[in-house]
Amino acid sequence: MTELLQQLINGLALGAIYALIALGYTMVYGVLRFINFAHSDVFMVGAFAGYFLARAVPGGSALSGIAVLLGAMAICALLGVIIEKLAYRPLRGRSTLTVLITAIGVSLLLQNLGQRIFGANPRSFPSLFPVHQFHLGGVVISSAQILVFAVALVLLFALRHIVLHTRVGTAMRALSFNPVAASLVGINNDRIISFTFALGSALAAAGGILYASNYPSIDPLMGTLPGMKAFVAAVLGGIGNIAGAAFGGLALGLIETIVVAFGGSTYRDAVAFAVLILILLLRPEGLLGKRTAEKV
Amino acid sequence: MLARVHPQLALLGALVVAAVVSAFGGGFNPYLLDIAVSCGINVILAVSLNLINGFTGQFSLGHAGFMAVGAYAAATLTTSFGAALLPLVGGQTWLLFLVALLGGGLMAAIAGLIVGVPSLRLKGDYLAIVTLGFGEIIRVVLQNIDAVGGPRGMIGIPGYANLFWAYGLAAICIYVVWAMVHSTYGRGFIAVADDEIAAEAMGINATRYKITAFLVGAFFAGLAGGVYAHFKQYIAPQGFGFDKSIEIVVMVILGGMGNTIGVIAAAILLTVLGEWLRQFGDYRMILYSLLIIVLMITRPQGLFRWNTRSKVKA
Amino acid sequence: MRRPQIRILMAVAAVAVLAGCSKSGGEAAAGATIKVGEFASLTGKEATFGVSSHEGTLLAVEELNAAGGVLGKKLELVYEDNRSTPGESLTIAKKLINNDKVIAILGEVASGRSLEVAPFAQSSRVPQISPSSTNPDVTKIGDYIFRVCFIDPFQGKLLAGFAKNTLKAQKVALFSDVAAPYSVGLGKFFKEAWLAGGGELVSEVKYTGGDKDFKAQLTVIKNAKPDAIMVPGYYTDVGLIVAQARQLGITVPMFGGDGWEAPELIQIAGAENLVNTYYSTHFSPSSTDPLAQKFVAAYKAKYSGKVPDAMAALGYDSVMVLADAIKRAGTTDEPKLRDAIAATKDFPGATGITTLDANRDASKSAVIITVKDGKFQYLETVAP
Repeated sequence: MTELLQQLINGLALGAIYALIALGYTMVYGVLRFINFAHSDVFMVGAFAGYFLARAVPGGSALSGIAVLLGAMAICALLGVIIEKLAYRPLRGRSTLTVLITAIGVSLLLQNLGQRIFGANPRSFPSLFPVHQFHLGGVVISSAQILVFAVALVLLFALRHIVLHTRVGTAMRALSFNPVAASLVGINNDRIISFTFALGSALAAAGGILYASNYPSIDPLMGTLPGMKAFVAAVLGGIGNIAGAAFGGLALGLIETIVVAFGGSTYRDAVAFAVLILILLLRPEGLLGKRTAEKV
Repeated sequence: MLARVHPQLALLGALVVAAVVSAFGGGFNPYLLDIAVSCGINVILAVSLNLINGFTGQFSLGHAGFMAVGAYAAATLTTSFGAALLPLVGGQTWLLFLVALLGGGLMAAIAGLIVGVPSLRLKGDYLAIVTLGFGEIIRVVLQNIDAVGGPRGMIGIPGYANLFWAYGLAAICIYVVWAMVHSTYGRGFIAVADDEIAAEAMGINATRYKITAFLVGAFFAGLAGGVYAHFKQYIAPQGFGFDKSIEIVVMVILGGMGNTIGVIAAAILLTVLGEWLRQFGDYRMILYSLLIIVLMITRPQGLFRWNTRSKVKA
Repeated sequence: MRRPQIRILMAVAAVAVLAGCSKSGGEAAAGATIKVGEFASLTGKEATFGVSSHEGTLLAVEELNAAGGVLGKKLELVYEDNRSTPGESLTIAKKLINNDKVIAILGEVASGRSLEVAPFAQSSRVPQISPSSTNPDVTKIGDYIFRVCFIDPFQGKLLAGFAKNTLKAQKVALFSDVAAPYSVGLGKFFKEAWLAGGGELVSEVKYTGGDKDFKAQLTVIKNAKPDAIMVPGYYTDVGLIVAQARQLGITVPMFGGDGWEAPELIQIAGAENLVNTYYSTHFSPSSTDPLAQKFVAAYKAKYSGKVPDAMAALGYDSVMVLADAIKRAGTTDEPKLRDAIAATKDFPGATGITTLDANRDASKSAVIITVKDGKFQYLETVAP
């Protein structure tokens, strides 16, 4: 019984991290209808930003931890805006396939630049926040895991607030419905798109830092797999749907952990893809999504 | 000018040339030979992917998975069953190799069917990710099958492949794809790529075309895999992952989706470029990824396209 | 087909021919230097190990050249990156052997990639020395293939003995990396020796290298209540595994092989988690052997204070053994050079006294290291 509970905790903790990364994917897709392949590498840059910032900022207190987190988020927000401006903006209006390939190109570029600049060796990520293990019965929860839940929740609500209750958010939603109409009513599309990317990238950075806090080994290629799985989580929950990203993340974390617990650990990565294929076949709008008819 | 030449004659000519050149293969520098054979294999991969991506507009990012299936199936046939099968083909190793290749191609085609059918309903981004997922699943499954070596890979594959096989099969692949698409039946592929709903409205069974594209594309990718396995004489699941699929996709994009000649040229160019870039060491991959980005921004229709008719809604 | 396309085809063909031409000739002029080839994963998934090995190799070449070279000639290291991708190493080997005309080829860390090149090196009659491939199959390819490290059967056996005699364990859990041939092999040999010695294997779980979360599998292992846990993996994963195991409240000893060897292990796992852990290796930076010390100092000096790991030390030794053989043979011609390498006996290297046995594998002692107070500490030596 305790084993089951422990696995449950493991699964939810893993899922919370996927949820955090998925938030970024789902947001960019919701507004711009395109899968930002480079999201997983912005996640990686976030983790590295945290690594270097942590050396500059002294102390292992909660305050310094938050400072590093916000700093990394800011750096990645900037990175996201730059990527959008240089690589995606020139392709505005082109076919999604063209943009997808470009996104793949950006992803590869970030990975290889990372290997060149940071070196391929994994580095150990410092603990930004004080770490405790809580023992409840036979079950162990780490403070790092609790932190992920907390931060994910906070960011979830913050994002929801921005999208639903602010002018920028309304503009983003307008853009997602109809870009042409949005510009007609006076929305500066370019600015809103930049903002969307900035926001998504900041979320990726947060995901990166929390991921690195739980698994303190970072390397330039660390983003690929979590990024893929987070994307699957976003699709699982319903892409473009914020609550869906959270739900999908938790669900995927649990599914993956259950598969591993039953001895299928070597198929762990294939699980995410199998889930993706199943969901796209059976319920393409995602578990929390709404079915939209394709208008001809 | 070349259109005047009868396609079948061109095919025969190509096969003869390949055979003749290959006969002198022993005298070539093994390194150059390696590059040449790699070019041939990449041509098959790119042209077969072009059928799926370029002509039929189905964005597939898992082509390396089909190559893997073909490679492993063919290699298993020659290594594990080679001794048993050899007497059946009268002791002729080339015949054994042909049987193995066809077996590999067939298995790959089945994989293509498995991937193609669920993908029917999906478009654009989703299709891309699902095919990527299938490619990764194939890789993970192969990594878990200990009988074919698992992550260690398979060694000791007999070296049956040479220039003739690589280029002969390339010629056949080009011919088949070209003939398919430039026939009346073949117009259906392009119709499906242009506008699936309109095509359906005109009575074209889009489903059938899409499945055919995946079947044929996967079959040839499987053949390419078989040749690859019997040339390098060592295969491992890590070599057939997402990176390889992207390499092939870039060849198709560079050549111009739906532009057979362009794709062939791009395959050769990128294979040679890869070798030339070796001198840049670490920067090789950085340059490669920059190339992709610049290409997509400046010339998404590919380097080799001058037709007024643009195949891709660039 | 239109004219521009024909022109394109011709241009591409021209490029291909030119590219081919520019690679050969020129440098093939013999005499001035002794060319040694190296292929390693300098980028991609296994870059950590490839770069380490390469750095050790480079250091050795520089040291030898600074001392006047070998047989009066400088060594020229021609190296290429195989991007951790299967298929590349063979192409590189063909280039190195046929175009660059190297007299020997060094590589690789990963047994799979060594196996990819070995048949070609063998048929080309060019000696191949692998710095750290531990799969026994590598040297079985032919008599031109060598290695300067011990092989997995030896390590597996010694770890089984260590678990039984020193750790006094009766029930062991095995947690291996299914994606790394090294881990699978070492785990297999350990299991054979362990069961043969009367031990009990209570759990056998797998992980995939590169994973970050092992809590699910560790929970399963914890439930099986082993006396010790064998993790024959690489330090990149082991660091996280040990940390997570300790966080889950698993206190039994954890041990493994030379893949654990790296200074980052302590940082990744956290010194407080690395209690009650042990691993066998070829070399330890804290070794008191004067040659090892000299190597560590030289490496630190060249690479800005970085502490070398076992891959770096073995990369270094692969060059030193080759150089020693060239000196003994008095030439770089075959088969004299091959014979000289095969006759390597009691050669003092950074990783210990190296003797190549009849199978061209290195017969050398292993050391067991443990971690105390956040520092690696030598525990014992195990002779072959």
